[in-house]
Amino acid sequence: MVDVRGVHKSYGPLEVLRGVDLRVGAGEVTVVLGPSGSGKSTLLRAVNHLEKIDRGFVAIDGELIGYRRSGDRLHELKEREILRQRSRIGFVFQSFNLFPHLTVRQNVAEAPLSAQRRPREEVEELTAELLDRVGLRDKADAYPRQLSGGQQQRVAIARALALRPKVILFDEPTSALDPELVGEVLEVMRDLARSGTTMIVVTHEIGFAREVADTVVFLDEGLIVEQGPPAQVLDAPRHERTRAFLGKVL
Amino acid sequence: MTAPSVPETVTLAGGAAAPLGAADAGSLRVIRARHPWRWAAAGVVLVLLAMALNALVTNPAWDWPTVGRYLFAPSVLRAVVLTVQLTALGIVLGFLLGTVLALMRMSRNPLLASVAWGYVWLFRSVPLILQLLFWYNLAILYRRISFGIPFGPGFFDVGTMDLIGPVTAAALGLALHQAAYAAEIVRAGFLSVGHGQLEAAAALGIPRARQILRIQLPQAMRTIVPTAGNEIIGLVKGTSVVYIMALPELFYQVQVIYNRNGRVIALLLVAAIWYLALTTVMSVAQYYVERRFSRGSARALPPTPLQRARRLLAVRRQARARALADAGTAS
Ligand SMILES: Nc1ncnc2c1ncn2[C@@H]1O[C@H](COP(=O)(O)OP(=O)(O)OP(=O)(O)O)[C@@H](O)[C@H]1O
Ligand SMILES: [Mg+2]
Repeated sequence: MVDVRGVHKSYGPLEVLRGVDLRVGAGEVTVVLGPSGSGKSTLLRAVNHLEKIDRGFVAIDGELIGYRRSGDRLHELKEREILRQRSRIGFVFQSFNLFPHLTVRQNVAEAPLSAQRRPREEVEELTAELLDRVGLRDKADAYPRQLSGGQQQRVAIARALALRPKVILFDEPTSALDPELVGEVLEVMRDLARSGTTMIVVTHEIGFAREVADTVVFLDEGLIVEQGPPAQVLDAPRHERTRAFLGKVL
Repeated sequence: MTAPSVPETVTLAGGAAAPLGAADAGSLRVIRARHPWRWAAAGVVLVLLAMALNALVTNPAWDWPTVGRYLFAPSVLRAVVLTVQLTALGIVLGFLLGTVLALMRMSRNPLLASVAWGYVWLFRSVPLILQLLFWYNLAILYRRISFGIPFGPGFFDVGTMDLIGPVTAAALGLALHQAAYAAEIVRAGFLSVGHGQLEAAAALGIPRARQILRIQLPQAMRTIVPTAGNEIIGLVKGTSVVYIMALPELFYQVQVIYNRNGRVIALLLVAAIWYLALTTVMSVAQYYVERRFSRGSARALPPTPLQRARRLLAVRRQARARALADAGTAS
């Protein structure tokens, strides 16, 4: 499904990813943990090619993301083709990034209409259904600034779902929220996980990881230090670094 | 009242605020804070305004009867129309070209970016009046203009004078000059849109052209419109520079008239009144355009002056109706 192999990424002299390998099977939820600056956001952004990588590759359903292979070379794809690939990968940002001048309904419908060119009627139906699913049916005509943070993030999730994505990437979706709003967003994500959505989630919500994740990955200084089922990584970490990190966040 | 839990009268100790009792809640009246200095300042300003108005109306040198006679004279109206045409052409063409230049400047193609930079540099640096004179004299520089393959054979050519008459030359001159400023205004607007917006659009796979038109431009308009409004109003008045091309726009026309009849002040007033009228229309239009593009930027849009007036009337009417109803039940 999602196949990340030997991904390297540097910003100038700073090596942020130093050979990351990660597999996520269809319908699985992978939670990525790690200290600040360990490269979690960079890894997610590499998966949908928002960030170009220096070495290694990312493939989804066997299709290379951002590149075309010929022989032993990878040629970068044209922007249009990259955009097409991205339109099947959902991304939920920490800061929501909703389009403030569009209503909730328009935010959700934009990409299916313009990126996937699906018929308007179908998209309208889908939008209504998704807003229902995230509990915001009555906010369809509101503008993002008229919503609470938790509601905005739920709209952002509906917007990602509208792509009917093969995988959804979440970059700290609850970190910008007040504590009492975190629950409603996690509830929506839990519901997605139950219904078999493939997800890669960067979060500091250990409880969510324990309950929902199939695999927990601990990233530190650009390397995956440890990975496995939550019971193993969270409760019986083998690595000293993992233990130190969990000691701090738990 | 029997055995009130709160004393009827509260003694104030040294002016300290009286603690509120539960019984007070309904009976307390709100008195707004008073601002004596505001009233004093307003009074001073009103007196000054009255003095200025008096000087304007009573001094016969302003010659108001002549102003009235020429304000709607056909030659003046024709001049106003030409001024409006020049402004419209200058703005529309200027902003179209300016937008293209701004997109070129922001493109990843270094050649396009440098050409746009060079254009802005050149047309912003040479005074408008010189540019207009160059266009006016274009026919001297290039007698004929030919259309065809670049550096190859031409298919047909026309005399420069036939193609570019004085009005076209003036409109072109204004537009090309305006484009340099418009490019920077549009670019500033695009730069003001948060990076997260583009990132979200890219992550959703929205096609590039659509990202610009649907996501970036409407948000950029919020910054573009106020500055553009400034420019448009500047251009309404800027068209008066065109008088050096002997085009009968407003400023040129009033000069023609006062050179004939010697009523300089009165005719300058006529021109001033028309410029005021035109810019007023623009300012009102700007208000509504800004409102249009501020959707979603605030939690709720403030009402327009018209809506406010209507709401005020409605409230009055309701109050009156209620008063009548009360009077009815009382009698
Ligand atoms: N565009 C960039 N240019 C230079 N350095 C960058 C850039 N983006 C990220 N970095 C650096 O890369 C490192 C990893 O960043 P990243 O955002 O992936 O961390 P993270 O694990 O998501 O941290 P956090 O939990 O704080 O979000 C950091 O040291 C950061 O300073
Ligand atoms: Mg991060």
